[in-house]
Amino acid sequence: MKPRQQRIALIVGGLAVLGIAAVLVLNALRSNLEFSITPTQVASGEAPKDRVFRVGGMVKEGSLAREADGVTVRFVVTDTAREMTVNYKGILPDLFKEGKGVVAQGKLGADGVFVASEVLAKHDENYMPPEAAHALDEASRRAVNEQAAQSLKQ
Amino acid sequence: MSNGLLNWFKYASPQSFYPLAGKMIPWFWALAAIFGVVGLYIGFFVAPTDAQQGEGYRIIFLHVPAAWMSMFIYLVMAFWAAIGLIYKTRLSGMMATALAPTGAMFTFLALWTGAFWGKPMWGAWWVWDARLTSELILFFLYVGFIALQAAIDDPRRADKAGAILALVGVVNIPIIYFSVKWWNTLHQGASVSLTKAPSMAQTMLWGMLVCALAFWMYAIAVALMRVRGIILERERNTEWVRQELAR
Amino acid sequence: MMVWNSFSDFLAMGGYGLYVWGSVGATALLMLAEPIIVARRNSALKTQLQRQFNAERADRGERKARRSQA
Repeated sequence: MKPRQQRIALIVGGLAVLGIAAVLVLNALRSNLEFSITPTQVASGEAPKDRVFRVGGMVKEGSLAREADGVTVRFVVTDTAREMTVNYKGILPDLFKEGKGVVAQGKLGADGVFVASEVLAKHDENYMPPEAAHALDEASRRAVNEQAAQSLKQ
Repeated sequence: MSNGLLNWFKYASPQSFYPLAGKMIPWFWALAAIFGVVGLYIGFFVAPTDAQQGEGYRIIFLHVPAAWMSMFIYLVMAFWAAIGLIYKTRLSGMMATALAPTGAMFTFLALWTGAFWGKPMWGAWWVWDARLTSELILFFLYVGFIALQAAIDDPRRADKAGAILALVGVVNIPIIYFSVKWWNTLHQGASVSLTKAPSMAQTMLWGMLVCALAFWMYAIAVALMRVRGIILERERNTEWVRQELAR
Repeated sequence: MMVWNSFSDFLAMGGYGLYVWGSVGATALLMLAEPIIVARRNSALKTQLQRQFNAERADRGERKARRSQA
């Protein structure tokens, strides 16, 4: 081999070894690299006991309720399979909405209610003008209605 | 074929690249300015309000181009570093050195604009999710590259050490890019990718792409300026630099 | 097509003014500063090298003159 080819082989080999090492390390750290866990994971006992963790999912439609003091809120986080109630005292981010993504950080109480110290909104990667969003909403509502009508007919 | 190769090798020498770069710089500045004005005009005056984020989403026209450039410049830098290691061409190492500060600046801007976007929308300036953390690591890689090269006096050895660091750091780029797919992150997925149709309104997408082009042209212009300085510095004891500066 | 009704609307950015302009400001500042810094450093290097070359040339000239005198 010419020295130049040797250097190429060395670099390619080095990068390959490095890549494999990275894959192994990332795999080992997998659970630590997750920003949040789902209510299903919490239900199956994957949540750390007596330690702060983050739970993520969707704010269930119609579940947001404000307590009498005006600053404490209660809502349900769902991943469509399981759900859990979250209690939070503080300011909610602008994008916090029913039916949208949310990540809450806090501890699971003995009563199964998650007491959050921080609530973050998770938004999707779709960007569109309000009219388009409205049209999409209408379309999906129409589809749901049609489905319902179909099933009634049957 | 042989003719093309000859041309390449001709411009691979610092002496002939120096005047060529000087001629190219104004063109890249002009392109950067044109794309910048058009992109910002589309982004701030033509693109509609976003249904979810209102006017706050307009940070995207700076954030995404900066983030793209931060990763792309790193790849180009690592490419030149590898070429320098393999072929021992002097200019390649200088190119890598010239790109690093601009890459670091775009990484900083991606983090900064991201913080200013995350605070109102997510509710936090910063979170330690996989996307943000790996982008922060990219910033440290750039800074480490610059510091390492600055610490070594002999330019040849500095190039070599920098090249190895740059190549090791390449692992981080796919991690940044795919972090939103591989792990649960607070950061949303990609709006624009090669594998699916963009999930953005047409004018928004155009504004973002034109701004990205502007940043790209800017990066080339600044890197060429910087590489000219590096060439002069490193070739200061040659006759051609003497003649070049006597003019 | 124009999305703003007034200049103050434009500045307010629908309530996100601080965040949008904070991003624009930092980006503009760095992207203006970087080329200026590089250009200054380059021209400083050039003048330094020119001065050094001139001094060397003068030095050589002087020595030559002295030699011819002797």
